[in-house]
Amino acid sequence: MLERGLEEKFYVLNLGPQHPSTHGVLRVELQMEGEFIVKADPDIGYGHRGHEHMAENRSYLQFLPNLGRVDYLHALAYNQCYCMAVEKLLELKVPERAEFIRVITCELNRIASHLLWIGAYLLDLGAFTPFLYCFDDRENILDLLDRVTGSRLTYCYYRFGGVPRDVDDDFLAGCKAFAKRLRSRYRDYENLVNKNVIFLERTKGIGIISQEQCVKYGLTGPMVRGSGIPYDIRKCEPYSAYPLFDFEIPVGTTGDIYDRYMVRYREMEQSLRIIEQAVDKIPSGPIMAEKVPKRIKPAPGEVYTAVEAARGEFGIYLVSQGDTNPYRLKLRVPSFGNLSILPEIAVDTLVADLVAILGSIDVVVPEIDR
Amino acid sequence: MATAAQSVSIFGMIAGLIGVMALVAVNALFLIWMERKVSAHMQLRPGPMEVGWHGAIQTIADALKLLGKELITPRDVDKPVYLAAPIVIFLPVLVSFLVIPFSQNLIIRDMNVGVLLILSFAALTVLAILMAGWASNNKYAVFGAIRSVAQNVAYEIPLLITLMSVILMVGSFRLTDIVAAQSRIWFVFLQPIAFILYIICATAETNRAPFDLPEAESELVAGFHTEYSGMRFALFFLAEYTNMFIVAALATIFFLGGWRGPFLPGIVWFLIKVYAIIFLIMWFRWTFPRVRFDQLITLSWKILIPLALANLIVTAFVLKLV
Repeated sequence: MLERGLEEKFYVLNLGPQHPSTHGVLRVELQMEGEFIVKADPDIGYGHRGHEHMAENRSYLQFLPNLGRVDYLHALAYNQCYCMAVEKLLELKVPERAEFIRVITCELNRIASHLLWIGAYLLDLGAFTPFLYCFDDRENILDLLDRVTGSRLTYCYYRFGGVPRDVDDDFLAGCKAFAKRLRSRYRDYENLVNKNVIFLERTKGIGIISQEQCVKYGLTGPMVRGSGIPYDIRKCEPYSAYPLFDFEIPVGTTGDIYDRYMVRYREMEQSLRIIEQAVDKIPSGPIMAEKVPKRIKPAPGEVYTAVEAARGEFGIYLVSQGDTNPYRLKLRVPSFGNLSILPEIAVDTLVADLVAILGSIDVVVPEIDR
Repeated sequence: MATAAQSVSIFGMIAGLIGVMALVAVNALFLIWMERKVSAHMQLRPGPMEVGWHGAIQTIADALKLLGKELITPRDVDKPVYLAAPIVIFLPVLVSFLVIPFSQNLIIRDMNVGVLLILSFAALTVLAILMAGWASNNKYAVFGAIRSVAQNVAYEIPLLITLMSVILMVGSFRLTDIVAAQSRIWFVFLQPIAFILYIICATAETNRAPFDLPEAESELVAGFHTEYSGMRFALFFLAEYTNMFIVAALATIFFLGGWRGPFLPGIVWFLIKVYAIIFLIMWFRWTFPRVRFDQLITLSWKILIPLALANLIVTAFVLKLV
C-alpha cells in the first residue's frame, strides 16, 4: 500500500493472482488513477516448483518429463532443447528421420500453442466465439500428437539420440489433412477477427514496443518480431532439420498488439509450410542414434542450447561433472524476459488495455515461476 | 385482463400481475436456454443436450440449483444496500410490463404516457447496479457500477431521441396508438436510421456484449455482481433477461408494427418479433469482441447522439412539409 498523504489520489488494484485474464497465478499490482494505470508491478512466484533444483537431484532421463510441465503449451520445443543439450554433451548424432519427426511434431505443437493463444487472447478482449473455433482446430493437433506421443498436453516424446516411436503413414496423411483444414479455416478467422472493427480498435496502436526496448529487455519470439526484428532461432542459429526447409519469418512494423497478433497468425501459416515440406521429404531409416549409452553419464563439460519455442528463445545451460545427474541446469525461459517489459508499456493505459497487453505477451506462468 | 378501458378491476390487476410474473419467469428460462443454444450453434458445438429434449429443461435444473445455493454475504459489505440491490433491480422491470400491449386486447393498462413510464422505470435499473457495486465493497464491483452509470446515461439519451422521432410521427405516447399508426407501413421502413440507432442503444442499455462493460469478465471478473451468490445473483440475471425482453418489445412496438401480422393471432406475432430482435442481440454478443470503455462513451456522445438528433430534426422538417 502507499504511504498515506504521499500519493493519496492513487489507489491499488490487485489484478490476480486469481483473475480470468492473468492466464495463471500471476499477480499484477496496479497503482491506479481512476481507470488509468500509473504503475504496474508484476508479482511472480506463486507457482514456483523448483524445476532447476529438481534437475540436480534426478538422472538426465528422469528430468525429461519435467520439461513438459514447464511450458505445457509448447512442451515439445522444451523436450527438443533438453535433448539437444544432452546430445551435445554425449556427442550423439541424431538420425535424419528422427530430426524430421521432431520438426513435424514440434511445429504441430507450435500451431497448437498459437491457436490456444489466439483463442484465449480474443477471450481477453471479450470475444468468446473465436475461442471455441480455435479449440476446435487445436483438437485436431492434440488427436494427431496423442497418437504418436501417447499424451495430449504435457508431451514427453523425444529421447536422447532420437525419438522412441516411429510415425506411421496415417499420421503423415493426418498432418497433411490438418494443414489443408487449417488453411480453409483461415477464411473464418479473417472474417470473424482480423477484419472486425472492434478488434482493430482494441489492438492497433496499443502497447507499442520499440526495437530499442526489445533489445533492452531481452525480448524474444513474437514480441521482437512484432516490432520488426526478424529474430528467430530457427533461422539465426538453425538446429535440427530446419535448414532443409523453406519458410519465412513474419515480422510486424509498429510493434503494437495488432502486430504481435498478426506475427503469430502468420507464423502458423509458416509452420504449416514446414510441416508439409517435412512430410513430403521425410526419409526412411532409423529413428534412434546408434550407441546410446544405457546409463547416461556425460563427460564433464558445459553446454548451452537454444530453440525457438512458441513464446521465444528457450535455452538450457547444462553443466555436467561426469555424474549421472546434471551438476547444474539453468532454464532461460522466454516468458520471463517478455513479461519484464510490462511495467514500462502498461503505464498510462486503461485496465482493459492492460488486459490486452498482458494477453499479447502470451505468458505461461508456470514457465516463469518454474 | 382488461381491454383498453381505463378502469381495471382489482381482479384484473391481480391476474395481470400473476401473468407478468409467469411471463418473466418463463421468458428468463426460455432466454437462457435460447442463449445457450444460439451460442452453441454459432460456436459449432452442441450446447446443453442432456436434460429434456435438446436440453429444454436444463435451465429449470439450473434455477433449482441456484435456489439451493448458499447466500454468501461478505463481511464488509454495506448490508442494507447490498441486500436491497437485487430487489431494486427487479421492480422497475416488472412495472414496465404494465403498459406493454401484447396484442389488441392483451394489455394490463393502456396509459397515454406508456412510453414515458417504461423509459423512466428503465432508468432505475442503473440505480440498482450502482447500489450493488458500491455496497459490495470490492474495487472491481465499484468499477462495474461506475461504468454502468456512465454507460446508461450515455445511451439513454440517443435511445430517447430515436424514439422521439417515431413519437413525433404518431403524435402520441400511447403504445397502442403507435402500433395503430403502423397499419399501412412499419416504421422500420420510414425510420431505418432510428431503428439501427435504437438497436445499438438498446444493446448498450441492457449491458449486453459488445457493450457488457459493467460485468466485463476479462477485466472486472464479474463487475457489479462479483459478490453476489445464489438467488441474489439469479435476480440480476433474471432482470437482465427481462430487460432484454422489454427493449425488444419496444423495438417491436415502435418499428415492427407490434402485434400486426397475417393469419396468426396478435400475441404470436408479437412474440415472434420480440424473439427475433433478441436473437439479433444475441448474435452481436457471440460475434464481437468487447469495446473499450472510452470507445464506448465516444461512440455514444460523438456518433450516436448527433446522428439521433439529426434524424429527429429531419423527421420534424419532413413532417412539417408534408
